[in-house]
Amino acid sequence: MSVSLSRFINIGERTNVTGSAKFRKLITAGDYASAIEVARQQVENGAQIIDINMDEGMLDGVEAMTTYLNLIAAEPDIARVPIMIDSSKWEVIEAGLKCVQGKPVVNSISLKEGEEIFLDHARQCLSFGAAIVVMAFDEEGQADTAPRKIEICERAYKLLTQKVHFPAPDIIFDPNIFAVATGIEAHDNYAVDFIEATQAIKQSCPGVSISGGLSNVSFSFRGNEPVRRAMHSVFLYHAIPAGLDMAIVNAGQLDIYDEIEPELRARVEDVILNRRADATERLIEIAEGLRGQKGKTKEKDMSWREAPIAKRLEYALVHGITEFIEQDTEEARLESARPLDVIEGPLMDGMNVVGDLFGSGKMFLPQVVKSARVMKAAVAYLNPFLEEEKRRTGTADVSNGKIIMATVKGDVHDIGKNIVGVVLACNGYDIVDLGVMVPAETILDAAEREGADIIGLSGLITPSLDEMVYVAREMQRRGMEQPLLIGGATTSPAHTAVKIDPVRENGPTLHVKDASRAVGVVSTLLSDSESDLLAQSTKAQYQRMRESRSGGKAKPRLTLSEARKAALTLNQNPVPKPEFLGVRRIDIIDLAELARFIDWTPYFASWNLAGKYPKILDDKKVGAAASDLWRDTQTMLQQVIGQKWFKPKGVIGLWPAQREGDDIRLDDGTIFHTLRQQMVKDNGLANFALADFVAEKNDHIGAFVVTSGEESDNIAETFADKGDDYSAIMVKALADRFAEAMAEYMHWRVRTEFWGYAKGEGFDPEALIAENYQGIRPAPGYPCQPDHTEKETIFQLLDAENTIGVSLTSSYAMAPAASVSGLYFAHKQSQYFSVGRIERDQVEDYAKRKGWETRKAERWLGPILNYDPQD
Amino acid sequence: MNRKSRLAALEALAEQRILVLDGAMGTQIQALGLEEEDFRGQAFSGWEKSLKGNNDLLSLTRPEDIKAIHKRYIEAGADLIETNSFNATSIAMADYGMEREAPAIAKAAALIARQAADDMEQSLGRPIGVLGAIGPTNKTLSLSPKVEDPGFREVSFDDVYSAYLEQARAMAEFVDFFLIETIFDTLNAKAAIKALIDLAQDIGEEIPIIISGTITDASGRTLSGQTAEAFYISVRHAKPWALGLNCALGADLLRQHVAALSRISDTRLIAYPNAGLPNEFGEYDERPEETAEHLGRWGQDGLVNIVGGCCGTTPAHIQKIAEAVKRLPPRQIPTRDNAMALSGLEPFSRAS
Repeated sequence: MSVSLSRFINIGERTNVTGSAKFRKLITAGDYASAIEVARQQVENGAQIIDINMDEGMLDGVEAMTTYLNLIAAEPDIARVPIMIDSSKWEVIEAGLKCVQGKPVVNSISLKEGEEIFLDHARQCLSFGAAIVVMAFDEEGQADTAPRKIEICERAYKLLTQKVHFPAPDIIFDPNIFAVATGIEAHDNYAVDFIEATQAIKQSCPGVSISGGLSNVSFSFRGNEPVRRAMHSVFLYHAIPAGLDMAIVNAGQLDIYDEIEPELRARVEDVILNRRADATERLIEIAEGLRGQKGKTKEKDMSWREAPIAKRLEYALVHGITEFIEQDTEEARLESARPLDVIEGPLMDGMNVVGDLFGSGKMFLPQVVKSARVMKAAVAYLNPFLEEEKRRTGTADVSNGKIIMATVKGDVHDIGKNIVGVVLACNGYDIVDLGVMVPAETILDAAEREGADIIGLSGLITPSLDEMVYVAREMQRRGMEQPLLIGGATTSPAHTAVKIDPVRENGPTLHVKDASRAVGVVSTLLSDSESDLLAQSTKAQYQRMRESRSGGKAKPRLTLSEARKAALTLNQNPVPKPEFLGVRRIDIIDLAELARFIDWTPYFASWNLAGKYPKILDDKKVGAAASDLWRDTQTMLQQVIGQKWFKPKGVIGLWPAQREGDDIRLDDGTIFHTLRQQMVKDNGLANFALADFVAEKNDHIGAFVVTSGEESDNIAETFADKGDDYSAIMVKALADRFAEAMAEYMHWRVRTEFWGYAKGEGFDPEALIAENYQGIRPAPGYPCQPDHTEKETIFQLLDAENTIGVSLTSSYAMAPAASVSGLYFAHKQSQYFSVGRIERDQVEDYAKRKGWETRKAERWLGPILNYDPQD
Repeated sequence: MNRKSRLAALEALAEQRILVLDGAMGTQIQALGLEEEDFRGQAFSGWEKSLKGNNDLLSLTRPEDIKAIHKRYIEAGADLIETNSFNATSIAMADYGMEREAPAIAKAAALIARQAADDMEQSLGRPIGVLGAIGPTNKTLSLSPKVEDPGFREVSFDDVYSAYLEQARAMAEFVDFFLIETIFDTLNAKAAIKALIDLAQDIGEEIPIIISGTITDASGRTLSGQTAEAFYISVRHAKPWALGLNCALGADLLRQHVAALSRISDTRLIAYPNAGLPNEFGEYDERPEETAEHLGRWGQDGLVNIVGGCCGTTPAHIQKIAEAVKRLPPRQIPTRDNAMALSGLEPFSRAS
């Protein structure tokens, strides 16, 4: 199991007379001394809680429970862990509660006998200071389908928290794991029902945990241990991410999901996830053949350790295994004349294999970054020897070429740049990474000082484009002839062709789409034979792009006044007044809770893995790489959550507001300026401006700034310092996800609570990610309002710098980078749109409204001008 | 002042500064040099067993002496005083054959403390809180007294629960708080908590609970084996008004455990150490200035909200302690995350 086992709580099940024949025999025979040893083994095997059950017809449960617990109290090795007092008889539970000094868990109480008894038992548990397991069981019976499970748990939650004031963290729901593959069709969906219910209950009952009796699920295969174990592992693999926190399991007997024989795993998965009608038959087909096997699935393949040293290094690099790298590197060193030979020989050969596999699409970015980690570890090991040799012989470093990289002034985004740096470093280039917010002078001084062969610039926000133009112009002025590479999310071949390339003639300027292209471009540029060819062909290509652009002059646009006539008219359903007006800061302590709001698809995209989560994990092409990344990410996520690496916080504001033309005015005179679409529309749709979504009187608007906090940068740096760029990049990419999740979470609370116009809205992360809700939260700098400077208004209103420590750079990028800001519009008709290109009349009007010179407006709106300001 | 307004006043005061609890009752009683007949008084002159040393009984037989001790502590600067009822349970009184007298003793103790507090409250013009002291009894629920039979228990949970319920009910009318103190077995304390929760349900009023555990030696655990954090988790359901440690150690040795609890506990922190460790004659000889210097430093370091003294401390100690801490701001109470927490002898918290 690689999914969250460290967060997952194992409850020992062997001290249960109904589940263990051995334990039952010991207890009925009165052999308590041996029965105590069973508990001891449980704890030694890693049970974090031990479940004790004495429900056996022939036993006096009260006496057995009391005797056993009193004996355990005298065993510090056992008594150190919490006890779960498990009985269906209340008097046995009560007897147990009178024996434990720690805070135990009662397993279980339920609505089976009605609310009165349920609440009485809950009150008793509270006065004994116990947490409780609540079974999804009511007057009608035990819940089998997801809706029933959810309904009962929600009802119980409401009763417990409202009538008894039971603390939510002390409530553990058991939504009933039932047997699947019983041959009865109605049972086929039981595992899916459990998983779905788990997810829903976690959302609607904040703070609670979910537990279950795992062995039930495989009940129909009793006697067939290999199949049962596989079923347990597969079930946990899917249930834990859905929110299962703990289960009663035999801690010593769980298979590693990835190591289950694939055929068996696939068929078990079909059964657990109810993926095909014949799933049960297909599992039974192979189950017989497995019966009686020891159950241990295949060993980790270690045969590569037998190969010669060069092959071993290659294998370690391709598979990203650091475990043996030092000993292998040492072995290679002893076989080589010089330490450098190890790098230039087997290590570079191995990295070339990685490069080829990457180039041919057989390896993917996360894997390459992992390879780089292995390479760095090998080089780090060799370094003292290299230094030593250098001292003796006086030779200098050898490198394929030196590249200066930086995120330009005003911008703080660097995940992509770091990835490119790692990929290039893997390929033997010497990388000097100047970091983020680097002024042009610093970049160019460093390039001259270091004798850089190439300069690479990165940026994510649109104002960075101007800064890149400035760097290019400075290179021209200073007579610097190195190739200039342009990359980053907002950059484009068109922008490079039109804006950057023309300002310098003394060297090539190239746009590089992503990390996978970087190596090819760099190696060509640094090769004597091909460099000129690439430079010239690119120059010619950019020339053509410029011509076609100016020739194929802009599509016709509406004048501003025409566009305004086509503005959206709001219907007569005003949005209710917010429940709360003013500004409020919100801190998030529970990262696990927040993690559930994460949209993972963009996370994979940040690693150049295209595809929608979770389908991407099964993708034919990138599935394996995505799954590996996913596993490493989950491990990292646990650390992030467990050690509270991020400190997400946010500030929101809600104010009375009214539309005033294309602007939105608050009572205190603050104005949000918006831009209107000027494209000609033949589909009858309005020409939107954000102002349209606010009524001309008695309406409201909101704004927010959220952040993952600044802590992630330091943590990423710590990893990078240790040569672990893979983890460093992962931390940053996760911080971005948490910031987005925070935005999603806050918006949800605004809708259902602070503004409260959608109180009835359910809670469904998938629906959230698909934006299936009323209202929008557009961000300045994005298509609805491309003007980044509007962020300043938001930041002033919310005092975001002082409240949550997020500030704006000179280019209006947010620092720390893992931050999101925007406006809230609540009207049903509000929707996301793209302003598109705008005409001079609007730019002039906008400048006037903002109190700017037209030239200033043209600079900030540069990317969306439908005309050339120089014309 | 009634209980409610006094509580509000004390809460407001606790926001501003460190509060001061009184010191030892036993040391002061010892100083009176009372003899067997003093303990017996008129009412128990014919009692079959020896009663000398039954300090709690003095609330019935020498009420003015007890009241005078309370007043001395208040004059010395105590904001909170403890009733003379540490052993006023049927279980602890069994040694004297006074099981049935226990409620009357507890009630008298509460009444005397109330009177002393009311008198002084008026003359001094500041609120004085009365804490109904509930001791651990002399029996333990988690440990067997018989080495050869570890499953044996001398008393049952129900016995201890009933004894505490009886004691608390007797004191309820006069006290502002209940103080479950000198806890060396958490299960005993849990019986007391359950009794107090049930009593509140019964009388329709919640009297705030203060809880103080005892770390018995350098291992940092209670006698029954719990770490300070496990202890804290085990009693949190009492929603304690304050929680902390007392007895067994002097301030120097207790500090690290107070600091540990101070980091994790999300309620006010109370600490009242002994006046050092006893010397070879069983006497405590740490001087008032020494105790006060330790506690003053705790206050400066932001570890505590309430301090006072346990065994061996005197009104002189309390006066010095009050001088050392009364101008200091109280410890900032940390908020705790909402994760599930359980405990055995050790804490089990789920990372959130």
